Amino acid sequence: MFNNEFFEKNSIFLLIGTLIVISIGGIVEIAPLFFLESTIEKVEGMRPYTPLELVGRNIYIREGCYNCHSQMIRPLRDEVERYGHYSLAAESMYDHPFQWGSKRTGPDLARVGGKYSDEWHRDHMRDPRSVVPGSIMPAYPFLAQTEVEPTMIADHLRANRAVGVPYTDDMIQNAVADLMAQSNPDADTAGLLKRYPKAIVRDFDGNPKRITELDAVIAYMQMLGTLVDFSQYNAEEFQR
Amino acid sequence: MAGKSPKIDSVTGVEIREHEWDGIQELDTPTPRWWLWVFLACCIWAVGYWVVMPAWPLPSGYTKGVIGWSQRANVVRDLADLAETRKPLESQLMTADLSDIEKNPAIFEFAVASGRAAFKENCAPCHGSGAQGALGYPNLNDDDWLWGGSLSAIQQTITHGIRNQDKESRFSEMPAFLRDGILTRAQVDDVVEYVTQISGQKADAAVAKRGAEVFGQNCVSCHGSDGRGDRSVGAPNLTDAIWLYGGDRASIRQTVSYARNSSMPSWASRLSPATIRALAVYVHSLGGGEPEIAAVPGPKAP
Repeated sequence: MFNNEFFEKNSIFLLIGTLIVISIGGIVEIAPLFFLESTIEKVEGMRPYTPLELVGRNIYIREGCYNCHSQMIRPLRDEVERYGHYSLAAESMYDHPFQWGSKRTGPDLARVGGKYSDEWHRDHMRDPRSVVPGSIMPAYPFLAQTEVEPTMIADHLRANRAVGVPYTDDMIQNAVADLMAQSNPDADTAGLLKRYPKAIVRDFDGNPKRITELDAVIAYMQMLGTLVDFSQYNAEEFQR
Repeated sequence: MAGKSPKIDSVTGVEIREHEWDGIQELDTPTPRWWLWVFLACCIWAVGYWVVMPAWPLPSGYTKGVIGWSQRANVVRDLADLAETRKPLESQLMTADLSDIEKNPAIFEFAVASGRAAFKENCAPCHGSGAQGALGYPNLNDDDWLWGGSLSAIQQTITHGIRNQDKESRFSEMPAFLRDGILTRAQVDDVVEYVTQISGQKADAAVAKRGAEVFGQNCVSCHGSDGRGDRSVGAPNLTDAIWLYGGDRASIRQTVSYARNSSMPSWASRLSPATIRALAVYVHSLGGGEPEIAAVPGPKAP
């Protein structure tokens, strides 16, 4: 029955047949990764993004930073020498979407957290050439002028929870307060730090009066790759 | 199809397939033999590959392959090899007394080379690829140091940084004299004129005289009565022509009014102690390096 005459004369079956053949590769190679216990390494320290970091991450995606910057240090000698410990699957388990990649017009940012001062990030975003003369990165001076609109943040947390990020009701209820507190060194941050351990509280953009998009982006930059406690990481166990 | 004897095309000698559309028929030309052989060879290669290399996902893990190849194990091994290569000189660098490093050409050369490489990746974004600095980021080629220019001072600064969350980071905080309401606008103007004067620029002597009084009451505890600064608190020398944020009146006024207090990251958690030591030697070698305090002639320790 399934000779070539049949498929040539019934295009819908040709289409279905093609789909089946192509899906086999995906089902065998990709689908198991979503169900394997061992895909995501068990590590200490990972937590969902704080509201301010999440806003920064959304701006990162909005501005297309991923077109030039990857967030994936590959397990290769030269990469580890330059950027630090190779990236783990666990480190992007709360990323929707992930920021892996191999196209690096700019450097990898997987462990940029803590590498430069806030002042440097401010100068660099305002005018990249002022600190790195050979840089071809566009300038983002408007980030320092655009205030963050906090009303949407609880919905962003809910959206992330819908795709599996473990944001609790407590986190969602306090999202706006946490967002405001993280860029205010004088705020009461006990709740924020309890919900999001190791969150960095600082006035990131140097303007204490407003919470700008620059606050959010720098907060996001400064935590990238800093959460996992590598002293607790058993490399032997997750060798692959 | 089968059963009837196939028709043969008289021109090519190839079988003609049965089906026909509007009198058009097609030849059943077989796949070239070479292609078929390559295809079969690839299939056999794939089966061999499954056996030798990690290949198939399983319910709890994956088939590891007989040679146990692992990318993560490879990089650990590569890094161990690298450490082994560096070890002879690196261990000398780590055990040598700081003041002896520059006397030993082999260690010195190793430290400068590895320091230069680490500098380009980690320090150049702020201090410039030639360590020339920029507005807000100190030039490391000169002998005007904020926190000290001896090898041990530089090593301390790199290890723990300045004004960051590292508990041992260097720390000091200049008040924002205008914003915090410590000085009035007029007093700020006076003291700016005085600083302009002591830094060797043209200034209004009468205003500067008033400013000297303000300076005496507010600034000397860090910048010293002569304005030459104090390295223990990172207070810059105000009498020279080197400025971190500009030496014109507008820049000085901004600094006095709102303060700067910029920070440098702590590198202890990011770079190895050997890399930090190499960086210190490299920065020290750029031109402005100073001898260890202990090496300064004076009463010898018992």
